Formats: sequence, structure tokens, C-alpha cells
Amino acid sequence: MELTFKDVNYIYSPGTPFEYRALENFSMHVPSGSFAAVIGHTGSGKSTLIQHINGLLQPTEGTVQVGGFVIEAGKKNKHLRDLREKTGIVFQYPEHQLFEETVEKDIAFGPKNFGVEEAEIEQRVADALEAVQLSEEMKDKSPFDLSGGQMRRVAIAGVLAMKPEVLVLDEPTAGLDPRGQKEMMEMFYRLHEQEGLTTVLVTHSMEDALTYADSVVIMNEGKKFMEGEPLEVFKQKEQLRDVQLDVPEVLAFLEKVENRLGVAIDYRKQSLAELAKDLTSELGRGDGHE
Amino acid sequence: MNNSMIIGQYVPGHSLIHRLDPRTKILIIFFFVITVFFANSVWSYAILTAFAIGTALATRVPLSFVAKGLKPVWFLIIFTFLLHLFVSRQGDILFTVLGFPFYEESLIQGATLSLRFFLLILFTSLLTLTTSPIEITDAIESLLHPLKRIKFPVHELALMMSISLRFIPTLMQEAEKISKAQASRGVDFRTGSIKDRMSAIIPLLIPLFVSAFKRAEELAMAMEARGYQGGEGRTKIRELVFYKKDYSAFLFFLLVIAATIGTRM
Ligand SMILES: Nc1ncnc2c1ncn2[C@@H]1O[C@H](COP(=O)(O)OP(=O)(O)OP(=O)(O)O)[C@@H](O)[C@H]1O
Ligand SMILES: [Mg+2]
Repeated sequence: MELTFKDVNYIYSPGTPFEYRALENFSMHVPSGSFAAVIGHTGSGKSTLIQHINGLLQPTEGTVQVGGFVIEAGKKNKHLRDLREKTGIVFQYPEHQLFEETVEKDIAFGPKNFGVEEAEIEQRVADALEAVQLSEEMKDKSPFDLSGGQMRRVAIAGVLAMKPEVLVLDEPTAGLDPRGQKEMMEMFYRLHEQEGLTTVLVTHSMEDALTYADSVVIMNEGKKFMEGEPLEVFKQKEQLRDVQLDVPEVLAFLEKVENRLGVAIDYRKQSLAELAKDLTSELGRGDGHE
Repeated sequence: MNNSMIIGQYVPGHSLIHRLDPRTKILIIFFFVITVFFANSVWSYAILTAFAIGTALATRVPLSFVAKGLKPVWFLIIFTFLLHLFVSRQGDILFTVLGFPFYEESLIQGATLSLRFFLLILFTSLLTLTTSPIEITDAIESLLHPLKRIKFPVHELALMMSISLRFIPTLMQEAEKISKAQASRGVDFRTGSIKDRMSAIIPLLIPLFVSAFKRAEELAMAMEARGYQGGEGRTKIRELVFYKKDYSAFLFFLLVIAATIGTRM
């Protein structure tokens, strides 16, 4: 399902001294099946933005379109339930939403609410557990007896079990260990590819955006600051610095290599090992010329 | 989410009322409440109403916001008035509408009672609008200090109050966050039968309790780790001091009381 924001404004607590404009004339388009990353300083409105995708927030002005669903300012939304079944949101620190007695029941909670059949639910729970790399035996444990990282996985499994077509991830790896972060991002990417999901990732990690996203939106104070392909966007070092963001380390490194050693290497999402190989071969070629 | 309840909603600002010592504000409110019950003439009510509205204006909090916060109480005020008008029958018949008699005394009683009600609510809400919860707690601790002699746990009470006050907004935020997460998983908090809605609240309450207990435990641990051991010998980071403006406020308020008493019938 494609995703379109058109001139969206959102104001918290309008008409009070606490009035706050969290989104300002925000437009963006995410084609069906593509992977978009949203980056921005803390408080720039990223979480506000994604809550519009399944109608938790309704724009104060403007329109949000998700597949065939339209959420318009000032109009009543009739098909919220159907929309929510098709959009899975993994919130910041999703482990706080666990409540059932067992891991299995908690994962089954979403599908059950949307009226999925018993047998199908069982299958989905098993699939979701496998996707987040939790063993089958975990099923009967209480979610509150698990470690923080395991709880996070259970919560994510609960969203995956809804089989959404649009997957929204709000800093899903914040607070995990580096290895867990990598595993989890790879898992999301695999699902994105396999299921043909439309994915929106909110992140502070420029590296993740560079590695996984087809497009990047940089937000600043509720407005869209920059937008485009990751490589293009991350080339604009000065502009990024204006909103207190850094260039991804790989790109910064390659730029330094070019400046110091005079060898330009194209970044094509190589792994570190591949990059090292490219570098040595480039350097070797350079030596040969002299 | 708390758009209509201002009771307990602090609006930061720099008006004179904001800057008064919280003890000054509490004491003035205390005596204002008593004085309202002494008023009994048009003039005495006029003076108190002028004082209350003048103070409300002086807070520089937008009046529309103050009025909006009083919304849940407007109903009570109007209800009180109508009840008196239709139920009690005292004094002369003033006029008759569609065969229904309106009594003079009932009308006056209804009006004064609702006015009192309005004044009390308005004036006390000004305290919470202009004073942060922490200031209020400090003031209460300081005002109750004499009770320490009779072994009343003043410090502990104040600590409990300030901790609860501190965590109310946190809990509200948390509740909002969790209910959004569950709504995304298909919980419908708004429609359905009473029974459905009751069971919809469980996925909200359990995570909320879990996190509240976790927070309490962490807080206790953090306090102990930093050497907290009760109120004995503990110094204050915010000392309360009466300034000239506080004395002026008391003086002005005394004049208001005197004028109110003086215009009594
Ligand atoms: N419920 C609310 N009421 C009032 N203001 C809010 C509310 N939620 C968020 N805000 C304000 O809106 C702005 C954007 O908040 P948002 O949560 O969207 O930021 P964010 O980009 O997700 O930040 P972070 O990276 O810290 O998660 C912030 O300034 C915040 O204070
Ligand atoms: Mg956020």
C-alpha cells in the first residue's frame, strides 16, 4: 500500500497555552513496497508523524492517504479498524505494551482483536516467534519474566502477527546491544523484501538509513528539511550539520580516503570486508601507475 | 488528553500572582474561602467578586483557558441555581411564567449560592494555575511544620505528595502511549458494550501498573543510593521567603476582608 501525506499540519492542545505545532505543511510520498527512513533531532515530530499513518492522530489540516484509506482534517473516519489491521506500528520501547499472562497470548492479542481464526492465529504466532528469533519454548513463559531484549522481541512479534501491509518502526532498536540491533534490522529488512511490505523506519542511525532505505526524509522542527535517496541526502554535509546530524561513518571515511589518498571509491552498500578489498585493490592500482 | 481539566494544571508564567510566595497564596485562599461565607449583602458580594476576577486577570493566564477549565463545574453551578429556583418556595411571588411562579427569596438564594460556588472554585483554581505542584507541597510542609511537635509526619506527607504530583503527568503520558499502542493492535476503547469497554481497559491497566511499580522501585533505590534517610537534619534546596510583595498582598487582602465585613447587613 502506498502512503501519501499532503500538506499535513498537526497541533497539540489547540486553543490552550500549551498549544504546539508539531507538524507544519508536511508532505511525503512512499511508494508501495518501498522502504523509507525518517530521521530528525529529538522532538522534531517523527513520532507525531507516524501516528497519522493508522489514524491515531488526525491531521489538524491536510490529508493522509494510506492505500485506499483517506484521513482528512475535520472529517470523521469510518474505516479506522480496517486501516489499523493493515498497518503495524512498532512504537518506541514497545515492550511497555505487554500485558498477557503468556508470550503466546500476547502475540495472539492483535490477530484476535481483528477476528483472525484460531488455527490461523496459532500459525501466525509460531511464524512471528521464528521471525524475531525466539525459541518455541518461550511461548508459555510470562512476558514479565523475560529480559528487556526478549520482551522487545515479543512485542515486535505481536505486531508482526497482525500481518500488516504497512510496517511502521519507531526506533525499534533503541537500547539494544549492537549485535541485537543488527540482527533486528536485518530481520525487518528480510520481512520487508519477502512480504513486499511498505516500511517506514524512524531512526537516529544514519547507518541504518543508508543501508536499508530507498528514500530518506530529514525532519526539523516539524517541517521536512530534506528528502531524497540516502546517498544524495547524506552528501549534503553542511545542511545536515545545520540540524545537528552527522554524515554516516562509512561516507565520512570514504571522503577522508579520497581527500588524503586521492582514491575515490563508490559506495554501493558494500560490507566492511568488501570495502576493505575495494580499497586495497584501488590503492594497489594507484601504486601500479606510479 | 487533559484539555478540559485544569484542576492541577499549572500554567508557567511571570505575573505577580505567579511570583508570590506559595504560602501567601494558600493562606489568602484559606481566608478567602471563610470570608465568602460571611458575605451576605450585594456590596460584599460585589467586592469579593471584583477581587476574585481582578486576581484572575492579574495571573495573565488567558481567561478563555480559565473558563474552559471550569467547564465541568459550570454544570454544578447552574444546577444549584435551577434547583433553588424550582424546588424551594420562599418569599413573595416575583412573577409567573406559563403558570409557574417564581419566588423572590428562592431566586436570591439560588443566585447567591451559585455565586459563592463560582467564587470558591475560581479562586482555588487560580492557585493550581499559577503555582507548580512542587511549590504547593513546599508551602504545605512549611505551613504544617508546627504539627511536628505532636509527632505528625509532616515531612513524609510532603514527600509523598510531591512524588505523586511529580508522577501524575508521567503516568498520564504513559497511559496515552500504551492506549495508542493497544489501539494499533485493534483494541477499541470508544465503542462497544460496557462489558467490551471494561475488558478493553485491562490491556491498558496492567502495563500501567507494571511500569508504576517499576518506577517506584527504581526511585526508592535511587534515593537510597544518594543517601536519603528521612527528613531529620535535611536542608532545603528551595527556601521559602516572604518578600515585600507578599506583605503587600496580605495587606491588600486584609482591606478586602474589612470591606466585605463592613458592607455586611
Ligand atoms: N501529547 C503531546 N502533547 C503536547 N505536545 C506533544 C505531545 N506529544 C509530543 N509533543 C511535542 O511535539 C513535539 C514532537 O514530538 P515527537 O514525539 O513527535 O518527537 P520525536 O521526533 O518523535 O522525538 P524523539 O526522537 O525524542 O522520539 C515535541 O516538541 C513534543 O514536546
Ligand atoms: Mg519519538
